[in-house]
Amino acid sequence: MSLSILIIIPLLTALAVIFCRNAEQVKWTSLFGSVAQLAVSGVMFFQYNALRKAGEVAQFVFEEKHTWFSFMNINYHIGVDGIAIAMILLTAFVVVAGVLVSWNVSHLTKEFYLLLVLLSTGAYGFFISLDLFTMFFFLELAVIPKFLLIGIWGSGNKEYSAMKLALMLMGGSALVLMGLLIVYFGSAASCGAPTYNLIEIASHRLDFSTQMFAFPFLFAGFGVFTAMFPFHTWAPDGHSSAPTAASMFLAGISMKLGGYGCLRVAVYLLPDAAHEYSWIVVLLSAIAIFYGSFATMMQKDLKYINAYSSVSHCGFVLLGIGMLTKTAITGAVMQMVSHGLMTALFFAAIGMIYERTHTRQVEKLGGLLKVIPFLSTIFVIAGLCSLGLPGLSGFVAEMTVFQGAWQRPETFYRLATILGCLSIVVTAVYILRASGKVIMGPIVDEHHTHLSDARWNEKLASVILLLAILAIGTAPFWLTDLLNPGSELIMNQLTAR
Amino acid sequence: MDMNFFILMKPELLLTGLIFIIMFAKIANLAENNGRFLILVNTLLVLNFVAGFFMNQEGTLFSGMYITSDSMAFEKNILNGGMMLISLMAYDWMMRCKNTPEYYMLLLSAQLGMFFLISSGNFLMFYLAMELATIPLAALSNFDLDRPKSSEAAFKSIMSSAFASAIMLFGLSLMYGTTGTLDFAEMQMLVTGSSLQVLAFIFVFAGIAFKLSLVPFHLWTADVYEGSPVPVTATLAVISKATFIFVFMSTMFTVFANFFMVWDKVVMISIIATITIGNFMAVRQTNLKRVLAFSSIAQMGYLLLGVASTSVQGASSVLYFMLIYVFSSVAIFAVVGLIFYQTGKEDVADLRGFYKNNKLLSWVMAVALFSLAGIPPTAGFFGKYFLLTSGAAKGDYIVLTVAILNMIVSLYYYLRIVKAMFIDKSENDFERISVSPIVTVSIVVCIAGVLLTGMSGEVYEQIKSLFLASN
Repeated sequence: MSLSILIIIPLLTALAVIFCRNAEQVKWTSLFGSVAQLAVSGVMFFQYNALRKAGEVAQFVFEEKHTWFSFMNINYHIGVDGIAIAMILLTAFVVVAGVLVSWNVSHLTKEFYLLLVLLSTGAYGFFISLDLFTMFFFLELAVIPKFLLIGIWGSGNKEYSAMKLALMLMGGSALVLMGLLIVYFGSAASCGAPTYNLIEIASHRLDFSTQMFAFPFLFAGFGVFTAMFPFHTWAPDGHSSAPTAASMFLAGISMKLGGYGCLRVAVYLLPDAAHEYSWIVVLLSAIAIFYGSFATMMQKDLKYINAYSSVSHCGFVLLGIGMLTKTAITGAVMQMVSHGLMTALFFAAIGMIYERTHTRQVEKLGGLLKVIPFLSTIFVIAGLCSLGLPGLSGFVAEMTVFQGAWQRPETFYRLATILGCLSIVVTAVYILRASGKVIMGPIVDEHHTHLSDARWNEKLASVILLLAILAIGTAPFWLTDLLNPGSELIMNQLTAR
Repeated sequence: MDMNFFILMKPELLLTGLIFIIMFAKIANLAENNGRFLILVNTLLVLNFVAGFFMNQEGTLFSGMYITSDSMAFEKNILNGGMMLISLMAYDWMMRCKNTPEYYMLLLSAQLGMFFLISSGNFLMFYLAMELATIPLAALSNFDLDRPKSSEAAFKSIMSSAFASAIMLFGLSLMYGTTGTLDFAEMQMLVTGSSLQVLAFIFVFAGIAFKLSLVPFHLWTADVYEGSPVPVTATLAVISKATFIFVFMSTMFTVFANFFMVWDKVVMISIIATITIGNFMAVRQTNLKRVLAFSSIAQMGYLLLGVASTSVQGASSVLYFMLIYVFSSVAIFAVVGLIFYQTGKEDVADLRGFYKNNKLLSWVMAVALFSLAGIPPTAGFFGKYFLLTSGAAKGDYIVLTVAILNMIVSLYYYLRIVKAMFIDKSENDFERISVSPIVTVSIVVCIAGVLLTGMSGEVYEQIKSLFLASN
């Protein structure tokens, strides 16, 4: 199959949205486009599995390559492996859910959906790129839609949050840009000519000094996107000010761009430097996990709770990557997928509750289970997934990360792992406290006695995400089988000194 | 005087022809009807632009005084295109103006000077052309005759130009004193790097830096931009800057080529200063035109990065970026001009609620601003990326870091404008801006340019092949 279709469908959707006459048409067009995209991603997943079963050994399949700027050796070069497919599936699920959840947006509906679709285009393009320039192009493509989504449709201190997010992400891409230029010119020595081709750079290992020079830029740059400590400050403000769908996209997709970039670019291309710097990565991610979970305890706003817990959960992603063992890396990717789905569901639930109660403050909510049983159930399930209840995806992912992390025998890494495990207790505290207060107990506000439960679109969105979470939680092997060849490849890079 | 002469000097001769036609139209009272006259002039400008693509030859005239090459022909095409777009986008304003023939006569004379400047192969020609390129523009700054700010702008412009010319002339006289020639090719052989020549170079550089408004010679820019009529500001910011960056590049690569060690350091320092100070000053501005003035200062810094790399790639990136800069800036100034002449608003804060009644214009402005900020998928992203790449190829990672970090600062003030238009609410609705068809054409061309110049790799390849052919 032709991978470009993954970019073409959103672009066509965006084009169709521009020419739509009214809000209804806009919504249905976007829904149609995103469902088509989900279907295509599904087909791609099955085709990929069939190929692997037939004995395909190439690292990346469905490759496509067109010259873009020949003088600089820049190509439009795309292809996927299992890890990329997992991320694409995640994106497709979250986009469908996001489109469904935003059904009630009435202010500038067309622009809202247009920006959502553009944002997803950036994500799809990023995950399928095998050329660093193409990758960077798509990474930056996704920044401005976020700014406008938060700024125009957001709530609270939205101007500040939007500007902070845009500038910090721009800072992240500035670091990535520096790193890419270093890699590009460093590759001249090993590959013969400067190149952005990911496969080529990986197969001719860059020399040690280039790796050491480029790694901090690339890892920190992508780290900003994935809310790595201490560059996480955009995340809580951004998430909480954003409209529901944008929060889902931000936490579900956009933060994963960073994690994927750290893995695919920083670790895969610079394996020797990854060994050298791994302790810093582990240290920072352990701090993020621990600090994130304690910071969450202090929050009173539901969106802030989920935003800070995202910082903590994305810490697990970076912890897995920093451990540099195969299981840990598989776990890190699983955590990305799991957290993407779970946090999207959580934000969706919070958004839907907020739309009805007009407050997100925990103390002003209570007893919602009696009024809106469906939404409350979704809210609880998302929370339980977040704290790692077995049977849901969070447990599988975090377990795999810990298992992989424990394979590192050094005391420092062990300590970091233990610290990570401990944070789960903290997670349980804040999740149970918040959901207990919001869902159970007496109804705090008398206005909350007559709330309507979820509409069809909201039910559909929740069920789609829930099914994906359950599919990973109950039968994780299809996902691990999908990811393993990819992480094995990265391990080969890491072990071949 | 054979046919060759006419072909080589075709761009200049065409322009001279245009000036004469306008003059005769004025004398014969054909310019009484403003509408008809503007149609005539704009048609001629379009034809002139199209003619620039045919029958271009490389060669020299007047024993090396006048040089032309494929890349120079392309540079002139950029200027022609820019002039045409600015003239089209200024249509609404021109319709209400008196003395339109004089406006175009001055404008095209300045352009003629710029063409000779680009093609000059001798400092005598260089100096004369530079004066011709500057003085009419200073007069044009005063074209809004009833606005005091406009006169102030003209005065500042002429004073600072005179100052710059004097400094440059002093430098040139020193160069002449040490080498005994004014010819570029001969002088290149005789440049040895003696301390007197270094001094001479500094003066020449300062003169050009004035025109490019590099820091610390940038102080005139904001006032002149703010006071001048918007189309003139656009000409100053786009056409004039483009000319001088091209000229700067060609003189640095030819006359001062052996001087590389010296001018490299000077340019590096001025890049850091220009980008940083330009951007931070832009952050502090509230007037839209002043923001754009400082942003244009900062953009010059990025362009110098390409010049300083002294590679084919750097040179072609400069041309490429300039082309994109023309498209983006003209689109922005078109919107700014429409707003200013229909509502009198010129502050960033005044744009609040602009999106509500002017959806398309807001998107035009936003896309063009993102292009200046270097955000994909606009062409500005590619332009900046390639300039930075050529800077990195040389290995100046400190300058590169400064340049890249400054992109964050620049994003801030561009986003502030976007925020005012799209996000901020105002009590009174922003009135609907009417756009005439001719202005629409100009805006559509600009936006198409902003979107396509980058996405299709062809344009860059074409520009690069110009340089590869002439080397």
